[in-house]
Amino acid sequence: MPDQLLFGMEVALNGLMAGVMYSLVALGFVLIFKASGIFNYAQGVMALFAAMTLVGIQNGQVPFAHLINATFGTSIHHFGWQVPALLAILLTVVVMAAFAWAVNRFVFRHLVNQEPIILFMATIGLAYFLEGVADLMWGAEIKKLDVGLPQGINTLIDETTFNAFGYGFFIDNLDIVATIIAGLLVAGLVIFSQYTKQGRALRAVADDHQAALSVGISLNYIWVLVWSIAGFVALVAGIMWGTKSGVQFSLSLIALKALPVLMLGGFTSIPGAIVGGLIIGVGEKLFEFLIGAPFLGGATENWFAYVLALIFLVFRPQGLFGEKIIERV
Amino acid sequence: MKLGTMTIAAIMAAAPAMADLVFPSLSYRTGPYAAGGIPFADGYADYFTLLNERDGGIGGIPTRVLECETGYNTEKGVECYESTKGEGSLVYQPLSTGITYQLIPKTAADGIPMHTMGYGRTSAANGEVFNNIFNYPANYWDGASIAVNYLLSENDGDLSGKTIALVYHNSAYGKEPIRTLEELSAKHGFELSQLAVDHPGQEQKSQWLQIRRERPDYVLMWGWGVMNQVAIQEAANIRFPMENFIGNWWAGSENDVLPVGEAATGYKALAMHNVGADFPIFEDIQQYVVDTGNAAGAGDQIGTILYNRGLYAAMLAAEAARTAQEIHGVADITPAMMRDGMEALVIDEAKMQELGMPNFGPEFSVSCENHGGSGQGKVQQWDAAAGEWTIITDWITSDKSVIQPLIEEDSAAYAAENNITPGCSES
Repeated sequence: MPDQLLFGMEVALNGLMAGVMYSLVALGFVLIFKASGIFNYAQGVMALFAAMTLVGIQNGQVPFAHLINATFGTSIHHFGWQVPALLAILLTVVVMAAFAWAVNRFVFRHLVNQEPIILFMATIGLAYFLEGVADLMWGAEIKKLDVGLPQGINTLIDETTFNAFGYGFFIDNLDIVATIIAGLLVAGLVIFSQYTKQGRALRAVADDHQAALSVGISLNYIWVLVWSIAGFVALVAGIMWGTKSGVQFSLSLIALKALPVLMLGGFTSIPGAIVGGLIIGVGEKLFEFLIGAPFLGGATENWFAYVLALIFLVFRPQGLFGEKIIERV
Repeated sequence: MKLGTMTIAAIMAAAPAMADLVFPSLSYRTGPYAAGGIPFADGYADYFTLLNERDGGIGGIPTRVLECETGYNTEKGVECYESTKGEGSLVYQPLSTGITYQLIPKTAADGIPMHTMGYGRTSAANGEVFNNIFNYPANYWDGASIAVNYLLSENDGDLSGKTIALVYHNSAYGKEPIRTLEELSAKHGFELSQLAVDHPGQEQKSQWLQIRRERPDYVLMWGWGVMNQVAIQEAANIRFPMENFIGNWWAGSENDVLPVGEAATGYKALAMHNVGADFPIFEDIQQYVVDTGNAAGAGDQIGTILYNRGLYAAMLAAEAARTAQEIHGVADITPAMMRDGMEALVIDEAKMQELGMPNFGPEFSVSCENHGGSGQGKVQQWDAAAGEWTIITDWITSDKSVIQPLIEEDSAAYAAENNITPGCSES
């Protein structure tokens, strides 16, 4: 098999894997938009906050230590214990649920029936507030995130492809884990929304929240629930991206990778987030490999992802899997 | 030195009650790059606190660090400059190449000097064109040449037939070394491949798959922020030999290697100053700054690479101020006097010993023709088990025969564009 073809296959496979990582971020956006019509600008910061909280709990870090020390002249930084990864993840889920409750209690409860742009602006404020709180709570230094996920080249794939083609493919173990987790996450979300009482209530609110209210579904409860689930998805994305790059403030910028995925897959479709991610991942990687690096000086992935999304948008404004917009006059 | 001490004593005796010497600190303690900005800002502030607490300031005048948060954002950086320049600010260190480019014409118009240590516009080393800008002790082009000179020393002086890949941040900063490396590639016969990484650099799979396919002998990196950690992790993932991976001095702090863990062992980076806290000055910092509760941060950054860089930058600013006081015979210097002090700055080993920082940085002197210093650097290597950087070379000097013509060409173009007649400022 010609080398270029093999390299192209390897690039495409890695593109698929990268696409799964983008999808993990996009899922959080979809969940909240689907249930409440809010484009949650703070989703990236939620991933950052969740990852910082997880590392902080794991390492026994005292929250707001700098603030406490500066106020009381103390010098406390750690409780002196390490929390096992699984327990730390559970505690972080509790924190994200508390965050979801607070967001609804103090922000969105007061904004019911406001224009979508007002809700969007509220999430911008929320993003910057949460970033500041994360900084005060856990500090700005870069932290190593280790919940036991494997990283590095998968030797089995490397050896198998080497024996078959004479060239070993590189696939990162972390990407394989991310793919499995994304699959489980989507399956879990589908089962939840189709087969549970809360899931059906969530879908009812998504379809028509006034009709849902009239049959006794609590809007507040559903919003807290959906923000909690989005918080959990943010935690998963934060773990994956944080393991890759360390937990630091630029983690919030992963939201930029989710936007073209949403444009392509639609803002209301969970499968759309996954398929959109895969198309964006493969598309940007193959473009960089075939055209970007050899002819355009490289670094084309960021903008090409948006070009790809725009092309889809022109032909399907609602995205690949989004609900068709029909307005009768 | 005695003459200098006597001059300072005379200045102090003659000085009436005066204001303070203002050193603005355009810091970034928030935002995506805060992890790098905090230790630098802490080191910068702690040095001036030390001078105040231990020596009563510089030449008897207390110093004041005027901190302004830029978030590493160019617009905010310019706002910081505009809002602080009226406070008698003596020298700006914008800590960002983007802010530097915006401030070059502004500082020239306002007559305030700017020091861009190891960043900014490289051709500002030509003081005849850039009267107010200083980039000693080394600049990006020096860095590129130092890296190549190091690789030459590792290969018995011959890089012909070797391949060097440059992984760079796709920005003005990241592109700075390309021209120099192209010249050095032609001179030494190595092949240069360039791999751009878009901001912020969290996803670099394409670049590292290409490196895996092309198998360059060495990889150089001009990165910043999250790009560095991801690159080092990806290098480990593809099993690229870490000892053949060299970052520049903005890709060589603890922040860059700690998230990668054990796999980062062996990674190298350029150093424009020494590493660690094994210098007498740190005892003074503990006694006069930390123990008195005056440390700028939590005190947990002391001795880290970027803390030391902030400390070093502050030391160079303070010594330039001292030189300015000696030249002009007044303690309460103006920005114009500070500029003169910077242009006459001499840093030798005796001075560094006296300051409790022996061999902390290279020996160099500044002149009107050369605002760039000696252009020297070292190479440091990370040991994850020990959790520390170790210097593995002596000072390496850049190849001036390649760099100087580039500086002259670029600065001449700037002079022509801006109607500047090259020449030295009158002191």
